[in-house]
Amino acid sequence: MELRHVTKRYEAGAKGTPGAVNDLSLSVPAGKICVLVGPSGCGKTTTLKMVNRLIEPTSGDILIDGRAVLEEEVTTLRRRIGYVIQQTGLFPHLTIGDNVAVVPRLLGWPKERQRQRRDELLALVGLEPGAYRDRYPAQLSGGERQRVGVARALAADPPVMLMDEPFGAVDPIVRERLQNEFLRLQEELAKTILFVTHDIDEAIKMGDLVAVMQLGGMLAQFGPPDEILAHPASDFVARFVGADRALKRLSLNRVGELPLEPAVTVTPGDDTELARERVRSAPFPYLLVVDADRRPLGWLPADRIAAQGHIDPSLAISMSPLLDRETTLKDALSMMLDADVQTGIVVDRDGRVQGLLTVEAIGVALRPESNPAVLAPSAAAAAS
Amino acid sequence: MDVDWGWITDHLGALAERTGQHLYLAGIAVAIGFAISFLLAIAAIRRRVVYPPIAAVAGLVYTIPSLALFAALVSITGISIVTAEVPLILYTFVILIRNIVAGFDSVSPDVIEAADGMGYTRNQRLLRVELPLAIPLIVAGLRVASVSTIGLVTITGTLGDRFGGLGFFIFEGISRDFTTEMLFGAVPSILLALVIDLLFTRVQAAATPWTRRRAVLTPEGSEVPV
Amino acid sequence: MNIVTTTLDWFADPTHWEGPNGIPIRLFEHISLSAASMLIAVLIALPVGFLIGHTGRGVRFAVGLANLGRAVPTLAAITIVLPLTSALDPQNGFRVYPTVIAMVLLAAPPILVNAYTGISQVDRDLVEAARGMGMKELQLLTGVEIPLSLAVVLAGIRSASVQVIATATLGAIFGFGGLGRFLVDGIANQDSGEIYGGVVLVGALALSSEGVFALLQRLLTSPGLQRVAAPGRVEISSNEAGAAAQ
Ligand SMILES: Nc1ncnc2c1ncn2[C@@H]1O[C@H](COP(=O)(O)OP(=O)(O)O)[C@@H](O)[C@H]1O
Ligand SMILES: [Mg+2]
Repeated sequence: MELRHVTKRYEAGAKGTPGAVNDLSLSVPAGKICVLVGPSGCGKTTTLKMVNRLIEPTSGDILIDGRAVLEEEVTTLRRRIGYVIQQTGLFPHLTIGDNVAVVPRLLGWPKERQRQRRDELLALVGLEPGAYRDRYPAQLSGGERQRVGVARALAADPPVMLMDEPFGAVDPIVRERLQNEFLRLQEELAKTILFVTHDIDEAIKMGDLVAVMQLGGMLAQFGPPDEILAHPASDFVARFVGADRALKRLSLNRVGELPLEPAVTVTPGDDTELARERVRSAPFPYLLVVDADRRPLGWLPADRIAAQGHIDPSLAISMSPLLDRETTLKDALSMMLDADVQTGIVVDRDGRVQGLLTVEAIGVALRPESNPAVLAPSAAAAAS
Repeated sequence: MDVDWGWITDHLGALAERTGQHLYLAGIAVAIGFAISFLLAIAAIRRRVVYPPIAAVAGLVYTIPSLALFAALVSITGISIVTAEVPLILYTFVILIRNIVAGFDSVSPDVIEAADGMGYTRNQRLLRVELPLAIPLIVAGLRVASVSTIGLVTITGTLGDRFGGLGFFIFEGISRDFTTEMLFGAVPSILLALVIDLLFTRVQAAATPWTRRRAVLTPEGSEVPV
Repeated sequence: MNIVTTTLDWFADPTHWEGPNGIPIRLFEHISLSAASMLIAVLIALPVGFLIGHTGRGVRFAVGLANLGRAVPTLAAITIVLPLTSALDPQNGFRVYPTVIAMVLLAAPPILVNAYTGISQVDRDLVEAARGMGMKELQLLTGVEIPLSLAVVLAGIRSASVQVIATATLGAIFGFGGLGRFLVDGIANQDSGEIYGGVVLVGALALSSEGVFALLQRLLTSPGLQRVAAPGRVEISSNEAGAAAQ
């Protein structure tokens, strides 16, 4: 999906005043989520609605799959684009099942296929078809209604989805769950999605790409979330993402994306002579005691290594938190602070030591000048 | 106050006949009144500027006494079904147009936006989304219009014995100073109005199953675990 | 043209302005009967409407009763009351009371329903805030709820008045005076001048009543609310649409 120099001006605006959307260009690679984020009234909804032509742009082009939306028949276009809005817009006079099957019916699918698709979708969004299909929207909770809204938008398997604050009307706990479920769904479905929110945290969480907009409908910055956090392009962006942007980056990055320090290890029964020699080459005066399968048992301080004999694992003191490569830096840091240590032990799926992560290493990685491409290779790839 | 029960039993056949006439006169008026009101309401919805004048004229007609309207029409269309029906039809406008417009207005803008966003054409949206959602208020309007027309039909008795439905007995009773006959028209016409009213509450409930809120109880906020 | 000249001729005839069947007397009868009926209806319906609107109790019962009252055909209502009142008071019972009772029955439902609807539409947060500031229930009703719902309440009384003025003509069928006399006699005498004259008089009275209420509404509504309630919208939402939906 590509927006090229899209501008929307409303009649009321005197000549020369900035429009609702001003010369906006951005492109969303297939299968990615692009989040439009910005303060209220900055033109996010207007931008979104120009894609399915609920609003006609004043100038500029919008292309989907290389085809200009302005050249397509408008209802045909809309039936190929999933549309989810905050207030859900569910039809109160139709059952949940019929609501979900709206677009398939408009497209004239055979009845049996409509029924099949309806149940499939309800199950997909976590609503048991037998229990929900025949209810009316008024009989559902806010979170359930949002799920139905998403199911309805997915009904005809549109390659493109537009979502306007889809999780804005539910409480934070339900929102978090819906976000996680939707991200999981997206891994399978790989839709091309334009997603609107005014919440920067949601933007960072949901977006492969984030477009920060500012009042007057101008694009302030466009890029992967980590880049926006690490290198805000302007004061406006820096203020909008917040003073805690470094902390926000922590939840974007995972342990596996950082270079690990090698762990200097010994195994119970090893010769202490050998251990002393190893500890001299270690970055700090501790040895990590591991079992025969390289599973960590505890730290052995250099001054507790006996002059001679063999390593006694019972002399090991304290453990560090165990991290895996998928742990976010935020969780990793939190676990280290909790345990009052400077180091976490990174283990693989079988619990075997892979290396060490220090608080200092996290600090180095988050320095703005560090290359975000190293930090978040997946997001950077999405931008190109 | 004496009621002549013998006279009543003698006239049960006439009662049935006049009830039939009553329903016939009212039915025609509501049907034609609804058709015209619907067209005017749709026009008002599509072009908002025409609504205030339509509403004003319909409201003005409503202030003309029915008795006067019937009487005035006699000098134009004579004693005919037209003279009886035209006022009855005119009086339905104020209620029906207002309720039809209010019905369409009550459809939430989010629902309309969702319908557009999913690719409904304008007519599909009108027929499949807006109309069903407007039905509660439209039926409510039909109910009030029908009941008030039942009441007005009695006054067509002023046009002579070919009209009036149950009102015929009231007028004949007055001219003969015969209380039994007056009540013989009045009581059944009240019952008829109440029955029609009741019937419409049933229709209303049956036509809008989605308004039966929370028939299946889901405590707010409860989510099905995935 | 014909209609206009006939009507003007009727008005121009000085004998139509004199005596017990003259225009002034009939107009006076009509106004006093309508005003008396409205006063009784307001005294009954308004407190009840305010009470159920404020407490939220008895809504189904009151609205059901109002709908029932609305359903009763006025001509039939007069007919039923007539034998009772004429038995009680042979002098006036035949002429005045049945029409007054039927008019009260006609006017009370819209007044009650609008009073209830108006009060219950007042923002609940506002009511909570007023309670929180220590207002007593009666202060809350008179100081917050009634002023905020005045437009809707007045709309109910206004539409009831117009209906009463038009419908009170039916009393003439049973021998009562008022402007209905010209209609009933005009039909009997096949005098179209008299019929049209009666129509014009009733119409003028109805319009005057509309004018008075419009003025009243402007005077009584707080300036802070005047912009909010666009006249067209109030008409739709306030009058009977709310009641009809019950
Ligand atoms: N129909 C309209 N007429 C005039 N101005 C409008 C209209 N719709 C939106 N706007 C203006 O356009 C700007 C952008 O609105 P919108 O896209 O809804 O903002 P957002 O979704 O970011 O909160 C706002 O300043 C709004 O006032
Ligand atoms: Mg918006």
